[in-house]
Amino acid sequence: MSKSERPSQLFRNLNAKIASIPMIFTALVIFVGGTVWTVFYSFTNSKLLPRLHFVGLDQYYRLWATPRWLISIENLLIYGVLSLVFSLVIGFLLAALLDQKIRFEDTFRTIFLYPFALSFIVTGLVWQWLLNPEFGVQAVVRSLGWTSFSFNPLYDSSIVIYGILIAALWQGTGLIMCLMLAGLRGIDEDIWKAARVDGIPTWKTYLFIIIPMMRPVFITTLVIVASNIVRVYDLVVAQTSGGPGIASEVPAKYVYDYMFFAQNLGQGFAASTMMLLSVIIVIVPWAYLEFGGKKRV
Amino acid sequence: MSDHVVSLPAIGGAGGLEAYGPSGPKPRHTFSRRNIFLYGTLIVVALYYLLPLYVMVVTSLKGMPEIRLGNIFSPPMEITFEPWVKAWSSACTGLNCDGLSRGFWNSVRITIPSVILSIALASVNGYALANWRFKGADTFFIILIVGAFIPYQVMIYPIVIILREVGLYGSLSGLVIVHSIFGMPILTLLFRNYFTSMPEELFRAARVDGAGFWGIYFRIMLPMSLPIFVVAIILQVTGIWNDFLFGVVYTRPDTYPMTVQLNNIVNSVQGVKEYNVNMAATILTGLVPLIVYFLSGKLFVRGIAAGAVKG
Repeated sequence: MSKSERPSQLFRNLNAKIASIPMIFTALVIFVGGTVWTVFYSFTNSKLLPRLHFVGLDQYYRLWATPRWLISIENLLIYGVLSLVFSLVIGFLLAALLDQKIRFEDTFRTIFLYPFALSFIVTGLVWQWLLNPEFGVQAVVRSLGWTSFSFNPLYDSSIVIYGILIAALWQGTGLIMCLMLAGLRGIDEDIWKAARVDGIPTWKTYLFIIIPMMRPVFITTLVIVASNIVRVYDLVVAQTSGGPGIASEVPAKYVYDYMFFAQNLGQGFAASTMMLLSVIIVIVPWAYLEFGGKKRV
Repeated sequence: MSDHVVSLPAIGGAGGLEAYGPSGPKPRHTFSRRNIFLYGTLIVVALYYLLPLYVMVVTSLKGMPEIRLGNIFSPPMEITFEPWVKAWSSACTGLNCDGLSRGFWNSVRITIPSVILSIALASVNGYALANWRFKGADTFFIILIVGAFIPYQVMIYPIVIILREVGLYGSLSGLVIVHSIFGMPILTLLFRNYFTSMPEELFRAARVDGAGFWGIYFRIMLPMSLPIFVVAIILQVTGIWNDFLFGVVYTRPDTYPMTVQLNNIVNSVQGVKEYNVNMAATILTGLVPLIVYFLSGKLFVRGIAAGAVKG
């Protein structure tokens, strides 16, 4: 009897356990294992192949002394802060406009969201063409008579990151708008009625009642946008290839280039660990706020 | 928040954006100042969003002489489909000059198995998490969801090593596995939430009737959850088709997906730049996700909203 009892603990729900093997593998081997492996090897001086020759924090010292990395970080900060602010503001404004019980709401929403279906490669290439100094926006404005007009972000290293920002906003604000619209629709109609009865102007209702009520939506959006910002890679590759010179480099591209072109794995690992660290800085406070109090996931 | 919503509990529920259309009284005064401002703004913004698509199409239909002379916004004087033909069948990337068609078929061969495999794995996972919880299952699930926020760059190289060890590095199957792995967090979440929301009596009744894990999955859960499968397919087709990073890391030049090949065609340094061919190639690459997007309509929105808001 006891013989058939003992294995039942392990074999209970056996099918469910078998079905979960891919998930367990992904969670433990790829996500946990892969991350630990990369962090671990970032303390070695691996070049072409990973080697276990520890050099302490050398890779990190070298990383933070590399101009290209510093430019990447600076770009990421500018791009990150501006794209957060602009995509939240524009996304919310568009959502508020669409929430006015307008006609053709579906048409407008379809138009605002379609760039999101396109890849960053396509986005980057289209905007590379639109911002082309010889044929694009600059040339068109000049041909209209304003000959001194200058808007050439992709070949001007001091503003190239803004050229990328324009493309990124075009691609991504539709998503933010959709999230905000869902948040606005989740607000009880009675609140609007109460505000109207009290004679509060619409903009004040939005600013002091609706937006505070949408705090959870804003926070989740913030987290999604922030974790996408750290990953920005394809867009830069397509639009500028990091140029002119190294003016539009970003950390994700640094990692890729050092791992697969420069054959300097250690640098790549150290740089990717720094990326991980920046994500942790964003995620942990959020997770703490969101799940810290309650025991619910 | 909940203490405000005492009345009408049915409205405040998890309906989301498309369950209820616009409600309330019909708008009056079609040409009021407010409406002119409202629609004016929306139309201007809509034009801005459509502009790049328009320029892409227009440029791809012009000949190179016309592009050099004219303005990128002007419609073509002479419509030519030559750039499209060239982009599809003879544009060059490095030594290969067989156009984007190779990349297209590679992408098809990557996307279809990846979508099927990732959804099959994730739906069964979600089902196990919703109905057959075992000890530790939730821990793995939390790791999976948290892992979705880890930058891919951190995990790229260990996966290269694993794939090399099993002999799949550089092959399409390797890339299919990678897509299935990275699609798992969001899809598992999607399916778990959907299956959790299904009535439990259904599951219990099937158990009483003697159905097992797979029996319930195939005979009850699968037929009842077609909408969520459609959402997952939309999400995955666009996501995998648009991927660039995994394609460039885990495949070789002859198996590059379309996005990688497109980038190589357009950003190649050799030769004269043919902007019309480049734009035709760009549209061709964007066409599949665009078609999926326009056909799926609200389901697309539901997919990203379900994935994003709860992520």
